[in-house]
Amino acid sequence: MKQPTSIRKRLFYQLAAVAAVLSLAFVLVVRGVASQAAEGTQDDILAASATAIADSLTSEDGEVTLELPYSALSMLGTINEDRVFYRVMVQGETLTGYTDLPVTRSPRRLDTPTFSTEMYRGDEVRVASVLRRVANTATGSEVVVSVAQTRSGLAAISRSITITATGVGLLFFLLATTLSLLAANSALRPLRRMTGAVTRRGPSDLRPVTAEAPKELVPLVDALNSFMGRLRASLSRTEDLISEAAHRVRTPLATVRTQAEVTHRKLNKPEHKKAIRDMIRAIDESSRSAGQILDHAMVTFRADSLALDPLDLIALINETCDRLAPTADLKDIALLRELPDSSVPFNGDGIMLQAALHNILDNAIKYSPEDSDIAVRIASGAELRVSIADQGRGFGGMDLKDLTTRYSRGTNVGDVVGSGLGLTIADEVARAHGGRLELSQSKEGQGACVSLILPYV
Amino acid sequence: MRYLLIEDNQKLAGAIVERLQLDGHAVDHADRLDAASACMDVANYDLILLDIMLPDGDGRDFLQRQRRAEKRTPVIVITARSAVSDRISLLDLGADDYITKPFDFAELEARCRAVLRRQGGAADNQKTFEGTVLNLTTGALQFGDSSTNLRNRELRLLEVFFAAPGQVFSKSHLIDRMFSFSDEASENAIEVYVARLRKRLEGSGARIETVRGLGYRMIPA
Ligand SMILES: Nc1ncnc2c1ncn2[C@@H]1O[C@H](COP(=O)(O)OP(=O)(O)O)[C@@H](O)[C@H]1O
Ligand SMILES: [Mg+2]
Repeated sequence: MKQPTSIRKRLFYQLAAVAAVLSLAFVLVVRGVASQAAEGTQDDILAASATAIADSLTSEDGEVTLELPYSALSMLGTINEDRVFYRVMVQGETLTGYTDLPVTRSPRRLDTPTFSTEMYRGDEVRVASVLRRVANTATGSEVVVSVAQTRSGLAAISRSITITATGVGLLFFLLATTLSLLAANSALRPLRRMTGAVTRRGPSDLRPVTAEAPKELVPLVDALNSFMGRLRASLSRTEDLISEAAHRVRTPLATVRTQAEVTHRKLNKPEHKKAIRDMIRAIDESSRSAGQILDHAMVTFRADSLALDPLDLIALINETCDRLAPTADLKDIALLRELPDSSVPFNGDGIMLQAALHNILDNAIKYSPEDSDIAVRIASGAELRVSIADQGRGFGGMDLKDLTTRYSRGTNVGDVVGSGLGLTIADEVARAHGGRLELSQSKEGQGACVSLILPYV
Repeated sequence: MRYLLIEDNQKLAGAIVERLQLDGHAVDHADRLDAASACMDVANYDLILLDIMLPDGDGRDFLQRQRRAEKRTPVIVITARSAVSDRISLLDLGADDYITKPFDFAELEARCRAVLRRQGGAADNQKTFEGTVLNLTTGALQFGDSSTNLRNRELRLLEVFFAAPGQVFSKSHLIDRMFSFSDEASENAIEVYVARLRKRLEGSGARIETVRGLGYRMIPA
């Protein structure tokens, strides 16, 4: 799969690359400038030294003589252990000094020093030469004074400058990189805030996003809001359609069922009564299926983005029991609520949990004989367990795994109407909350026990 | 009991009225919200059955107006929607309960009883025979110093006898009254329940008599 490109990464890499280029340029420039400055200094001293030597040239009896001023050489000693060489040539003949000191670029003009870099005795040396004219004869003599110095001191200086510059450059790079990381993060913070505001929403929350957005994100927010508006409109149209359809279909069904009840009352022959009863049961079956299909769709939809609202399971169980108590009453079934007085807090989707409990309890009532008890219990340990145990026919050796699949009904149903979706709904609700549905024979030895097991989140 | 039925579908309304009358209830029918308001101005009802989609408005708005005006007559909403979410919103609006179309009248009656019991407005919904008082809402049976509470089926059976003392009811009629359509009922079951009622009525001024070959009737002891 292709990784989505990350704005943050891109921003960060770009800023880091700029920082790297800047650091490198800094190091190079500092090194260049520093070594140039050091070289210039050496050249100046060499030239000054050569000039000082040239200044002490004299003529005696037509001969050029030199009283070497050692101060002229000692001023070169400042640069650490570099060795110093010199050579004085009169009309091309060495007067004094190192005769083999190479002087490749001898100066042409008076008092303008020339410089060159040579190899001498295995080391690199810098040579400065000065031209002087000494009036010892009628024509005078051209004297070239050359002073040379090895360059290891210079190299050391330049190395230390380079190290320092590199260190500073690296430090700058690291600092700039850290700052760009922070900058990239803070630039994207509004985006993250908006993302958070949208992802935290419940499944049916389609209100416009109001989280504060920077100018650049306003068009995106506007687009998102207008999209949600359209979605809201379309959902509410669907909702209206379902309501309208349910109303149109169920009203005539209710008419037929009511008329059938009236007719049933008036008929006398058992076979006629049976025919009407079958008709009523068929109506009940279709109406129940339609309701459960919608409930199932609702559960599937809500499971996609589960809302975790804080709720009280006891209140929820009580509401469900209240709703079904009249139905149980019709069969003289007592709903025994063996529940604690205190509340049992839980984070979940109340509507889904009610749908699950409703279906489990509805089954218990359907599959129980009259004059029996149904116990509703809750146990909280590592996980919450809501169990509904009846005294009915039980699951009696059926394959329990199959019962939670869609539209599957057990072999024990007899002529109880049903659509095979009840346990499917309950199972899906349990699994959406990270839990499970457990089917077993109830402890009392007969009847079924269905437990909704919910882990704390 | 006196019902107000607010339902715009004439056929359904007609059938519901007839069905409720079969059980001995009085029913007024309004097919619009304004007609319903007019009915409520002139009569007192024990219970309102309210449809949601009506030609001159939404039943839920009517419900809300009632509750805002502090009118406490219990309302059971007849809705085409069964989802839990619909129920929660209905109850929030002040409905006492709801029933989904198509519905079982035994269930409707059970819900009415539950609502009236909760409301405490059940005291006067009672019948008396020979000093024996049966409260049709709570199922309380009183005579002399004794008072017992009947279970649902016992109540539904005794209710039939109290509605027409002295009249003979066939077993099959009694089965119709006592069992809903999802139950498999046998004539045996009637004998069981009659036996229970006889026990309950011991010492009272009433007695259930077997009329051989015809059924049962309630006569003075
Ligand atoms: N309380 C119970 N007692 C006995 N059997 C049950 C109970 N609850 C569910 N069952 C079995 O599980 C099957 C699947 O249940 P469900 O999905 O609710 O479908 P149905 O519409 O048939 O009730 C039922 O057909 C029945 O065989
Ligand atoms: Mg079921």
